[in-house]
Amino acid sequence: MTEKKRETPLLDELEKGPWPSFVTEIKKSADKGNASSEDLLGVLERSYREKIGHWKHGGIVGVMGYGGGVIGRYNDLPDDFPGVAHFHTIRVNQPPGWFYTSDAIRKVCDIWEKYGSGLTNFHGSTGDLVLLGCRTEVLEDVFKELTDIGFDLGGSGSDVRTPSCCCGKARCEWACYDSMQVCYDVTMNFQDELHRPAFPYKWKFKFAGCPNDCVASIARSDMAVIGTWRDDIQVDQAAVADYAGSLDIAKDVTRRCPTRCMGWDGSTLSIDNENCVKCMHCINAMPKALSPGKDRGAAILVGGKAPIIGGALLSALFVPFINIDEDVEDLYELCEEMWDIWGEHGKNRERIGEFIQRVGLGNFLEQIGLDPIPEMVIHPRTNPYIFFELDEEEDE
Amino acid sequence: MSVDMSKRKTDIGPPHHEQFLPPVIKANYGKWKYHENPKPGVLVHVGETGDKLYSVRAATPRLVSIETLRLYADLADEFCDGYMRWTSRNNVEFLLTEEKNIEPLIGKLKAAGYPVGGTGASITNIVHTQGWVHCHSSASDASGVVKAVMDELFPRFENMDLPAKLRIAFACCLNMCGAVHCSDIAILAVHRHAPVVDHANLNSQCEIPNVVASCPTGAIRPATVDGNQSVEVIDDQCMYCANCFSVCPAMTLNDPDTDGISIWVGGKLSQARHVPMFSKLAIPYVPNNPPRWPEVVDAVKNLVEVYAKNARKFERMGEWIERIGWPKFFDLTGIEFTKYHLDDFTHAGESYNRSLHVRQR
Repeated sequence: MTEKKRETPLLDELEKGPWPSFVTEIKKSADKGNASSEDLLGVLERSYREKIGHWKHGGIVGVMGYGGGVIGRYNDLPDDFPGVAHFHTIRVNQPPGWFYTSDAIRKVCDIWEKYGSGLTNFHGSTGDLVLLGCRTEVLEDVFKELTDIGFDLGGSGSDVRTPSCCCGKARCEWACYDSMQVCYDVTMNFQDELHRPAFPYKWKFKFAGCPNDCVASIARSDMAVIGTWRDDIQVDQAAVADYAGSLDIAKDVTRRCPTRCMGWDGSTLSIDNENCVKCMHCINAMPKALSPGKDRGAAILVGGKAPIIGGALLSALFVPFINIDEDVEDLYELCEEMWDIWGEHGKNRERIGEFIQRVGLGNFLEQIGLDPIPEMVIHPRTNPYIFFELDEEEDE
Repeated sequence: MSVDMSKRKTDIGPPHHEQFLPPVIKANYGKWKYHENPKPGVLVHVGETGDKLYSVRAATPRLVSIETLRLYADLADEFCDGYMRWTSRNNVEFLLTEEKNIEPLIGKLKAAGYPVGGTGASITNIVHTQGWVHCHSSASDASGVVKAVMDELFPRFENMDLPAKLRIAFACCLNMCGAVHCSDIAILAVHRHAPVVDHANLNSQCEIPNVVASCPTGAIRPATVDGNQSVEVIDDQCMYCANCFSVCPAMTLNDPDTDGISIWVGGKLSQARHVPMFSKLAIPYVPNNPPRWPEVVDAVKNLVEVYAKNARKFERMGEWIERIGWPKFFDLTGIEFTKYHLDDFTHAGESYNRSLHVRQR
């Protein structure tokens, strides 16, 4: 045990109240004698007093042969808090769907007890299992022991970031494709791109089994693969009638349909499936009665990102339907085509969504060999400044 | 280094999920029929054959010690053969087949400080970033704000009495590792002045052309200052995005006196009913006030309560505001509408009202 007398009056305020406390977590680790956790309490208390962080820019740290997976972090008060002088984060590629056994969890804990702060994030924002805080000299040992129990590092920097997915077919009747398996396959296919940054900037994949998008793919990934279907919603009319007792079906279901393609006459639910846009509201409201159709697959959207730097973007529809369980190779090809042109012409720190807006969607599609279709836009252009390509028209 | 480099493995990828799935999931993979939410924090999924899987969802602080992970492992062993998972919003879920184990598990989780809830029309865990625990560019702590806000909103976690689900996210700077930009309520820490340039060290730490190119508004240009090759910043052109700091540590944004928090509303991600929407600015700035950020807590609580009172069933925050109009939103919440609410970046014009569709006041 450390001899230091711990004084954290401000942090102690965050142990009050019903919500689980991160301060309690850090103390649990410090009470076990972890010097990093003890000094983390110290420096964090100081941040709370001074209203400023005490972490320096990363610097390049990592494991041999990888360019990503470790976020270097140093404290700016190493003399006061030597236990966190180095406090590097290790991103560990999580299992798809974030499923674990107690045995796997314990093995990870044992490694982190031996080498690190004893603190983790379950999970990081991108989806990784995050091991929070260790010294440079233990990185290779941690990596070796992680690979011995079957785990590898995730992405960081300008590479394929760790893909993530919803729990899909493992625990959801709405999964329109096997989001966990596709996520796993894509992760394995792009191991080189994941571990060795070579892009203009980061590239995130997220795989959601249905349009409810439980992994926020449309907002948080450069390529969002979202499950959908093409045929009719499956309806169990008897089960619909059962809902009528607890739900105002006309008011809360059919009149909330965005295309008003549903009707309820008090005994039968009718759906004009040609006009259904697969929004999921009616299915969410009556899960025992309705389910997605049987002709299931996924849509591919491209270019989502947070504001840095040209402003936030949602991903835009590129492929309205693909049988992704069978045709995942098509996704690989699409990625390679996009990475080629983005890698060649993208500016430093320019995400693909920004790149597409800069060069124009029409030009970009032409380069990657995808035909423009009306599903890609809310409406056609309203300005008349068209770049006519007379030479090419004559060639046709 | 003790590692024998010749025996080192690389590029093995993540463990395949199949080894972590309980038998009931393997048997029903892709064959689930429907699910129900019998009580807050408990889901039951029913397979085509009638098999049942019970998921018990508990809150975590996301930053968890290995002591707590081992506790979860022990509970999983005791009640569900060691099978568990985490949600995309950092809750832990225990995967049970025995219905009789649900209440004892909930009891032990609660006793250990990890309450059960966060399903259905509730407020679940707040997606958040690292803040002062680990980040170099944070304008606030993250975990502390989240803890203070969730303590206040706790009844909304343990109950399902909102018009619809309400998703809150927190990011400690506008890099947005928490990607808060499509949340019902987004809490976003912000810097509010131009970077302070460390002229003595800039040229040795950074590539000047990179620093200049990193600025989206062209506010940075090369300059010689006190004999040092460095850069100067046109303050009026800086929007504090910190992109320059990301490429160059000599451009400091962090400032205890002016950093603080902004609050945004009305974003959503799912396709249900309405297409996905960005969050929009509600409150440009409230001060950083650790350890419990009372101004932030009050502001978020007010938004939740006004929404809960006024929105209709199934209406998310953004759908409700769209129905009543933004003027009414500002009336009902008592939030002041200011110059800061008017966009002046790339797509600013898209948010101007170029119609007469207003409700006269």
